[in-house]
Amino acid sequence: MLKAFYYLLLRDMRLALRSRHELANPLIFFVLVVTLFPLAVMPTPERLQEMAPGVIWVASLLSVLLSLDRLFKQDYEDGSLDQLMLSPNPLVILVLAKVAAHWLLTGLPLVIIAPLLGVFMALQAESLQVLIWSLLLGTPVLSLIGAIGVSLTVAVNRGGVLLSLIVLPLYIPVLIFGANAIDVASDGMSVRGQLYFLGAVLVLALSLAPLATAIALRITASR
Amino acid sequence: MNGSEFNWSEFFAMGGYAFFVWTSYGIAFLVIVLNIVMPMIGRKKVISRVKRAIRREQLQQ
Amino acid sequence: MWNWIQKFSSPKYFYDMSAKLIPWFAIPALVIGVYGLYLGLFVAPTDYQQGESYRIIFIHVPAAWMSLFIYMVMAISAGIGLIWQIRLADVIAAASAPIGASFTFLALVTGSLWGKPMWGTYWVWDARLTSELILLFLYFGYMALQSSIEDQRQADKASGLLAIVGVVNIPIIHYSVEWWNTLHQGATVAKFDKPSMHVDMLIPLLLMALAFQLFYAAVVLVRARNEALYRERNRRWVRELIEKI
Repeated sequence: MLKAFYYLLLRDMRLALRSRHELANPLIFFVLVVTLFPLAVMPTPERLQEMAPGVIWVASLLSVLLSLDRLFKQDYEDGSLDQLMLSPNPLVILVLAKVAAHWLLTGLPLVIIAPLLGVFMALQAESLQVLIWSLLLGTPVLSLIGAIGVSLTVAVNRGGVLLSLIVLPLYIPVLIFGANAIDVASDGMSVRGQLYFLGAVLVLALSLAPLATAIALRITASR
Repeated sequence: MNGSEFNWSEFFAMGGYAFFVWTSYGIAFLVIVLNIVMPMIGRKKVISRVKRAIRREQLQQ
Repeated sequence: MWNWIQKFSSPKYFYDMSAKLIPWFAIPALVIGVYGLYLGLFVAPTDYQQGESYRIIFIHVPAAWMSLFIYMVMAISAGIGLIWQIRLADVIAAASAPIGASFTFLALVTGSLWGKPMWGTYWVWDARLTSELILLFLYFGYMALQSSIEDQRQADKASGLLAIVGVVNIPIIHYSVEWWNTLHQGATVAKFDKPSMHVDMLIPLLLMALAFQLFYAAVVLVRARNEALYRERNRRWVRELIEKI
């Protein structure tokens, strides 16, 4: 079972790395969106700092949302999803492997490039640290919850907007606590509560989301 | 209630908040009416649709 | 026992039975609603702090309660349909969604209209209003998913799963929004302070809540009958029934 997990994880990553330019798109989008905000306002450090947590977090949400398609769409269309569902291995494990691959390919790069964007948005050192932590805890949740949405809409033609409508409300708690953590960090206050919350949501998502995703796949993608 | 006439104009004025109170109640009324009317329309639609299907099949026979 | 459930939940049986049930909900809803309105508008005393504008709560609070209650019913029915494959449960869930969304909308509008005299603006990011807004999006997501999948059974199951995921998330969302809201209180008064609940205010409130519940029961039965007819439109009992109309 563990072997299947690793095998699928590596396979997804290898496949994705073959079309490296596609991988870069959500990342470029992330940077681009954040860049738009200083352009849209008077980029004084105070104003940017005020906006930074929200802007960076919302941009992350949207970038992950855009990248969710790759999770199941290709496999659904070329039949590999059917194969996965016929596999003797529990679908939950296979889903977990695919989501893990997705996060490594999209969420983690966001976390890595976020400090740069933090600097763009005039965030100070303490905030940058918290920025990384909050994204590190939050982006996996975005992939996990996003997977539920994708599995529900995988068979819908042009289901992209429907996916956003379904998934974004579920992202809101992560957004609130993630952005707030960065906010209070710049005031020098403790962010333990916020990070604990994010951690708790991550654990919850890890245990429930793959199950929901597997059920959803059996509903929508069985042929 | 006491013996004097009920002050209707005071009632409608709602202490100056007439717009807010009456719009709220008005929209509530609308929501309720729509919740009654829409299913009635829906029922007619279903019925006419099935009738059309029946007629189509009879023609094909 | 199982046979009894299967029989009871067959759309045809439901269709025949529900016709008799509807008046038992509709008429009490009307009577209690009118009485509640009378008490709320004419008998309940003026509030010391908020004047007459507080009377909006007789609509706003029951509507908000209903928006949550109906979502629960929706999720539970969908769960029953998903687990035990009872078609009637899917019908109830699908029929409930638009009603729940309309109550959510009502709660939002009345909340906004109540907020303006209290706070000076038509919209405030208060915890309850924000939660209601998110709930509205959850309803929309459910209805959008339902209508975008062609196969009826698949649509029911998929949106049912979404409803269950939503139900799990509602406490989390509510808690997050509450928490978020307490951060941004500032100098103004905290929340939509309910007026100190005089019993003369509480009774019309509860009566309106009851009236809304009964109203929902009646309307969902009507909608569910339409759904049942539509879904079974190719069956003989439907054809025979409609030919007589």
